[in-house]
Amino acid sequence: MKDLKSPRKIRTADHINNLPKSGIREFFELVIGCDDVISLGVGEPDFVTPWTIRESAIYSLERGHTSYTSNKGLLSLRKEVCKYVSEDYGVQYDAENECLITVGVSEALDLAMRAVIDPGDEVIYCEPCFVSYAAEIAMAHGVPVAIENHEGNEFSLDIEVLKSKITPKTKALLLNFPCNPTGATLSMQQMEDIAEIAIENDIIVITDEIYTELTYEERLNSIASLPGMKERTIFLHGFSKAFAMTGFRIGYACGPEDLIDAMNKIHQYMIMCASINAQEAAIEALKNGRQAMEKMRDEYRERRNLIVKGFNDIGLTCLKPKGSFYVFPNITSTGLTSAEFARRLLEEEKVAVVPGDAFGACGEGYVRACYAASASHIMEALQKTGDFVRRLKQK
Amino acid sequence: MMMKKNILNLLQENARISANEIAARVGVDEATVEEIIKELEQSNIIKGYKAILNEEALDDNSTRALIEVKVTPQRDGGFDRAAKRICRFPEVTDCYLVSGDYDLRLEVKGRSLQEIASFVSGKLATIDGVISTATVFLLKKYKESGKILDDEEEYERLKVSP
Repeated sequence: MKDLKSPRKIRTADHINNLPKSGIREFFELVIGCDDVISLGVGEPDFVTPWTIRESAIYSLERGHTSYTSNKGLLSLRKEVCKYVSEDYGVQYDAENECLITVGVSEALDLAMRAVIDPGDEVIYCEPCFVSYAAEIAMAHGVPVAIENHEGNEFSLDIEVLKSKITPKTKALLLNFPCNPTGATLSMQQMEDIAEIAIENDIIVITDEIYTELTYEERLNSIASLPGMKERTIFLHGFSKAFAMTGFRIGYACGPEDLIDAMNKIHQYMIMCASINAQEAAIEALKNGRQAMEKMRDEYRERRNLIVKGFNDIGLTCLKPKGSFYVFPNITSTGLTSAEFARRLLEEEKVAVVPGDAFGACGEGYVRACYAASASHIMEALQKTGDFVRRLKQK
Repeated sequence: MMMKKNILNLLQENARISANEIAARVGVDEATVEEIIKELEQSNIIKGYKAILNEEALDDNSTRALIEVKVTPQRDGGFDRAAKRICRFPEVTDCYLVSGDYDLRLEVKGRSLQEIASFVSGKLATIDGVISTATVFLLKKYKESGKILDDEEEYERLKVSP
């Protein structure tokens, strides 16, 4: 009998082995084992998708629309998307050649990375940030270069730090404003400065605009609308947050034809196309969903006031975020680390928030609380968090 | 005015919301909220507060009906005089002047079908100016004042996500 060779010990790829474990994942396991949790730990709206949108998804199935669509997505949806982006973001894209419908903005982000990165290229991104960014860059064999944003700067981008991170290998800059988890936004001055740097250094700007509708102060156009920027910007967006459509998994990318073509090449081999029913629901969202979207935004704005005041009253200093549906209170006064704070708050009060270091090392000392939860939910969570913090400070 | 409207919206959604919560949500102090609510009550913009019930879940055998009423309008009074008389009956919970084939649309509540029938024949139909009535009994309530009574059940949503 032949000797059976046992499989080699490490058989997964190096660049995957080297990816850090998602900090959120660990915490998620803890929460799973805990009943009756009041959660401010989610990253999605508590609203159900507006009925008119759900109804058109049902209608899509009723009519028997169960096929593939073109790789780039239904042209009727791309036309609606381009009209929307032109009206709301101030930049004109051609629906035929400059727009691609994806499976959530997550896919669009992955496509953008793979389309532009050669091995060893550097991509600058901001921390604290959505947990996928550094991993997405690394999975595309790029080198993630983090800019750490701080509370003193309202977690917004420091232009001098950005300049200091640029090297001859810098290929792209990833922007995520309004920001998950801090709610920070960019001012027009900052966007102009970034544009100048991007043009001077021939850098591609990838802007993830998933939270832009949820802006509570002055709403600005996209950086892609600035002179000289459309040709070097990939505009990423989707329906998950503004239209409460996370489960539909529908997003899009707009950009110059060569970049969209490259992204579409990957998309066609990998995904083929986004679900037709989700695409048809998305058409309805853009045609008739605005009122519902604005109503949800107004509701978030009020809940933001509630939660910001609540955390500050407890003695955890909390900036008033300008966008998204998260607050990022400072918990250093408790003497606990982010992970300890989140774990003990869960164990002692059954309230779930996400430790800030899950969003990058500079998120240590903070936790993320999502206010896409009902007001009564938020009030109860705040009250329990208050009890917890008072107990800590008594000791 | 915007502030009043915000407060009214919150109260319409949940009349039992505390002044404290309203204050935190709209971004003013509690005393101001209490003052504005008092003002709204005194100026008759807020007429009252009531609970929306799922009566089927109670052991309550009350019966409801919609009644279409045709009325001869009166000189000087139009439909108002008849409408005001009709409104005085406690059985009538809602009363509207409407466009279309008839004039007043009432919602009536009684303990039984017989009680409503005798209200219609004995009282409503005999009022001066009432020409005819058509009664529709309500069988099941699905939605009231914007609240769906038997809304979708909860399903398993993630407690933590990125």
